[in-house]
Amino acid sequence: MSKTILLGHGSGGKLSNDLIKDLFVKYFSNDILKEQTDAAVIQVASKNLAFTTDSFVVDPIFFPGGDIGKLAVAGTVNDLAVSGSKPLFLSASFIIEEGFSLADLERIVKSMAQEAKVAGISIVTGDTKVVNRGKCDKVFINTSGVGGLLPKHINIGKGSNIQPGDKIIINGTIADHGMAVMAAREELSFTTDIKSDCACLNHLIGEALAVTDQIRFMRDATRGGLATVLCELAEKKNFGIEINEAALLVNENVRGMCELLGFDPLYVANEGKVVMVVGKKDAEKVLETLRKNELGQKAAIIGEVVNEHLGRAWLTTVIGGKRIIDMLAGEQLPRIC
Amino acid sequence: MKFIDEYRDKDLVQKLVEHIKRVSKKQISLMEVCGGHTMSIQKFGIPFLLPGTIKLISGPGCPVCVSDRKYIDQAIAYARLDDVIIATYGDLIRVPGSTSTLDQEKASGADVRIVYSVLDALKIARDNLNKKIVFLGIGFETTAPGSAVGVINANMEGISNFYLFSSHKIMPPAMEALIDEGVKLDGYIAPGHVSAITGTSIYKRIPEKYRLGVVISGFEPVDLLKAILMLVYQIEKNDPKVEIAYTRVVKPEGNIKAQQMLEEVFELRDDWWRGLGVLPKSGLKVREKYADHDAEIQIPVKVEPTREDKGCICGEILKGIKNPKDCKLFAKACTPENPVGACMVSHEGSCHAYYRYNRD
Repeated sequence: MSKTILLGHGSGGKLSNDLIKDLFVKYFSNDILKEQTDAAVIQVASKNLAFTTDSFVVDPIFFPGGDIGKLAVAGTVNDLAVSGSKPLFLSASFIIEEGFSLADLERIVKSMAQEAKVAGISIVTGDTKVVNRGKCDKVFINTSGVGGLLPKHINIGKGSNIQPGDKIIINGTIADHGMAVMAAREELSFTTDIKSDCACLNHLIGEALAVTDQIRFMRDATRGGLATVLCELAEKKNFGIEINEAALLVNENVRGMCELLGFDPLYVANEGKVVMVVGKKDAEKVLETLRKNELGQKAAIIGEVVNEHLGRAWLTTVIGGKRIIDMLAGEQLPRIC
Repeated sequence: MKFIDEYRDKDLVQKLVEHIKRVSKKQISLMEVCGGHTMSIQKFGIPFLLPGTIKLISGPGCPVCVSDRKYIDQAIAYARLDDVIIATYGDLIRVPGSTSTLDQEKASGADVRIVYSVLDALKIARDNLNKKIVFLGIGFETTAPGSAVGVINANMEGISNFYLFSSHKIMPPAMEALIDEGVKLDGYIAPGHVSAITGTSIYKRIPEKYRLGVVISGFEPVDLLKAILMLVYQIEKNDPKVEIAYTRVVKPEGNIKAQQMLEEVFELRDDWWRGLGVLPKSGLKVREKYADHDAEIQIPVKVEPTREDKGCICGEILKGIKNPKDCKLFAKACTPENPVGACMVSHEGSCHAYYRYNRD
C-alpha cells in the first residue's frame, strides 16, 4: 500500500474501499460501522433512525444541472433515502477560502435551501470555518443527516434479504453527472449540453416503497459509478449478478464524450441514480411506479441476481459477449462530488 | 451513436461469428498486437463468441508495458526537480518505477499534470516560463506524430522551456522479433491507428519472409471479427498477405504528412523492449537538429538504479508465450491498484484487461 494518500483514495473505488476497511473500520470498530451501509441504522429511544454524513469538494462549484450546494443536500438526502428511511434533518458545515465571493456563497446557500424545500427536509444546524487563501479551494461543504426508518425497512441498506431471481432496476441514464462536471472544467475546452442528474431521490424512492415490500436493497450510484455499486453488492455474497449492457441507457452526448475521452460510462459518477434490487414478482410494479415520477421516466430493469458465479457481477455485452464487471481501481476523475 | 453503433450491432456480430465458425477448420493462434485491441476484445467479451479453433493472444502493443522501467525512473527523477513540470498522458502516472510512481511523487508535492494532447503541454510551457516542461512522449507511430508536432511548434514559436522525453517506439521490429524468437503464431491482427499513420508497407516483410498473414483492424467488435474472418480465410487457403479490414480509417499509403513529421523530428535508435530485449532500430530519438527540446540532452538528472520485480512474467506475457492467468502474482500480489508489472497498470495492458474483464 502507498505510504501517502493518493487522489485514488477518494475515488469511491477499490482504493477508497481498502482505506475504509484497513484504517477507519479497523480503529473505529463497532457493529454499526461494520455494516458499511450508505447510512448507519441506529436506535434512539426505541426508534430506528438512519444517520449519515458526506463532504463535498466538487470542482467547479457551479456546473450544468447543479452546484456544490445542491449536491451537498441531494447527496446526503439520497444516502438516507436509499437506506429505506424518510430524510428529516440535515446539518451543513462550510469550510471557506479567504477571499471567496459572498455573492457566490449566497448563490450556493440559496440553492441548498431550494433543494431542501424540494426534498421536504430542514437544515437545522451548521458550522462555518474560514481558512487562509490557498488552504482550501473556494468552498468545501459537509452535510450530515438523519431520517426516520420503519422497522420493515431496516435491512434495505444491508441488502440481507437479496435472493436469486431478484431484478436489478435503475431509474434512468448513467454517467451524466461525471461527464457534466468534466465538461465544465476549464482545462478541457468542451462545449456540450450535458447536464448533471443531481437530484433528491427521496420522493421517488418513497413512492416505490409505498407500493411494495419487495425492495431488498438500494444504493445511489455516485463515485465509482454503477459498476462499483454492482461489485460491492455482489462481493463476498452467495449470489452473483448479471447485467445486460443493452438495457443500460446513456445519453448520446454523454456517450460521445465518454468515447472521446476513453471513459467507461459504467464507472462514471451519477448524483441522481438509485440502484434497486426488487423481488421478481413486484419488479414490474416498481418500474411502473418509478416511471410515473419525472426522475424515473427512463427507469429500466438492467439485470438480475443469479445463483451462478457467486460473489461476482457479470455483464452480457451489447454484442452478446460476456465479461466480469470489476471495481474501479485508482482515480477516474478527481473531485467529482 | 453514429459511426459506433453500426460496429457494435449484435445481428451483424452474430452473422460474422457464424461465418467464422463455418470457415475456421484449423486450430490457430492469432495475435492482436495492439493493446487497444486487447482491451476491446476483453471489454466486449469476444473470446466468449469465438469457436474453439481460434485462440487470441495479446501482443506487445501496449507502449507503457513494453517500456523500460528505467524510463519511469528517469521521469520520476525529472519530477523531483524543483523547476520541472511533468506533462503526461494519464496512463503513465501509476506505472511503478523502481521505488516510486509519478502518482506518489505528485502526492509528495511534485508538479505532475495529466494532459490529453501535446498542445496542452505547450500551453503549460507558455504559461510557466520559469519552469521546464517535460512531456513524456510514449507510444508507437500513433502518438509519436503528436510529440513531433509539439517539438516542431515549440521550435517555431520559440517555446524554449518545452522538452520531449521520448520513449517512442515503432511496431514492425517487435512483430518480427516475436516470430524470430519462435512464438507460435498463425497471423497478426495489426494495429489500426499505427497503420493509419504508416500505411501497409511496414508489414510487407511478414508475409514475404515469415509466411504469416497480417490484417489491419479497427477497434469495434465488428472490425475485429471482420479482421479475424479475413485471417481465417488466408490461413485456410494458405495465402498470407497484408490486408486492411479497417478501410474507413486506414489507407494503403498511410498519412503522408504525419510520416513527414516523424521523419523531420526523429531518427531510429536501438531500443529496449520488455520481454524482447534490445531491438535494433526500434526506438525514436529526437534528431540533433531539435536537441534544444530533447529532455535527455538538456536536463541532466541522476537516476536511481533500476530494480525489476521478481516473479513478474510481463516479458513472457508480452511475447504471447504466457497468459496473464499463468502468472503466480496475477490477481494476488499484482492488481490494478497495487500493480507489480506495467502490464497491470496500463489500461491497454493485457494483465489489466484480463483482470478487469476475464479473471475468473
